[in-house]
Amino acid sequence: MINELLFMNGYGIYVFSAFIFTLSSFATLYFVTKTQFVKEQNKFVAKFGSLNTDKAKSAKSQRINKEILANASNN
Amino acid sequence: MFKLFHPNKIFQITSKAPKYILFLFVIVLSVGLTEALILSPEDYKQSDAVRIMYVHVPAAWISLGIFSSITFLSISGFIFKNKNFFLISKSLAPSGFVFNVIALVTGAIWGKPTWGTWWAWDARITSMLILALFYAMYLISWRIYESEEKVFKITTFITILGIVNIPIIKYSVDWWNTLHQPASINILSKSSIHSSMLFPLLIMTAAFALFSLLIFLMKYNTELIKIKNKGLDRL
Repeated sequence: MINELLFMNGYGIYVFSAFIFTLSSFATLYFVTKTQFVKEQNKFVAKFGSLNTDKAKSAKSQRINKEILANASNN
Repeated sequence: MFKLFHPNKIFQITSKAPKYILFLFVIVLSVGLTEALILSPEDYKQSDAVRIMYVHVPAAWISLGIFSSITFLSISGFIFKNKNFFLISKSLAPSGFVFNVIALVTGAIWGKPTWGTWWAWDARITSMLILALFYAMYLISWRIYESEEKVFKITTFITILGIVNIPIIKYSVDWWNTLHQPASINILSKSSIHSSMLFPLLIMTAAFALFSLLIFLMKYNTELIKIKNKGLDRL
């Protein structure tokens, strides 16, 4: 059964190459995108931390900034 | 109406959605892989090589769909002067490009056992390669141009040129003699593909669509945070 599934009448090498290429492309794209996201999020948190109290208060008045900070602390 | 698309409003949704989409994607992909590799029948002519169709065809469909969406959004962004449309287009492009490359590579792998060659300058394959070049030009433009105005104009121009290629890809099998067979799936008329093969194909298409949605959301969130980073610099 397992041999049949892997051999696929002689086409296994082609079928599995196509599927492995697809899935590894997915994994690469996912991890590259995730890394970029985390990098930008960390940059935002670092910049936010360096603001003085007034500027931080003003920045926090924007809902999206609060969301970014909340997401960063959850990750 | 465009206020509904304001980044501040949609970030609340886009920041939380990826984890649910990822979960759904893993489930749908697992079902799709089981169907495609184990449960679906082999073809009477191509035998098990037909299983490559379950990754090749959805990848090609989605890359065409994404490029059409990018063109529509870029033109709309230009007409309505809405930057967010450009941001959405930019976030869609990486997955569209990767799907285009997957379609080309898996097509080459499928070509070897069925046609006896990895590559042929046939109309469908060549037009898909041209689409990959348009995707590459689009992505490179975002990297090399600093000025927003300029990059909006250039990327819109690239998509308008590239969209001409989409009907060529679609109808190339009817207009010219190519190695590709005519379309087996028709929305308006009866499809010639058997339901036992159509079902896994649709499941895999759904999985690929979920993956492109996942990448789009992650990329879009990254772009929004980049903008907010610049905003903090100006405070």
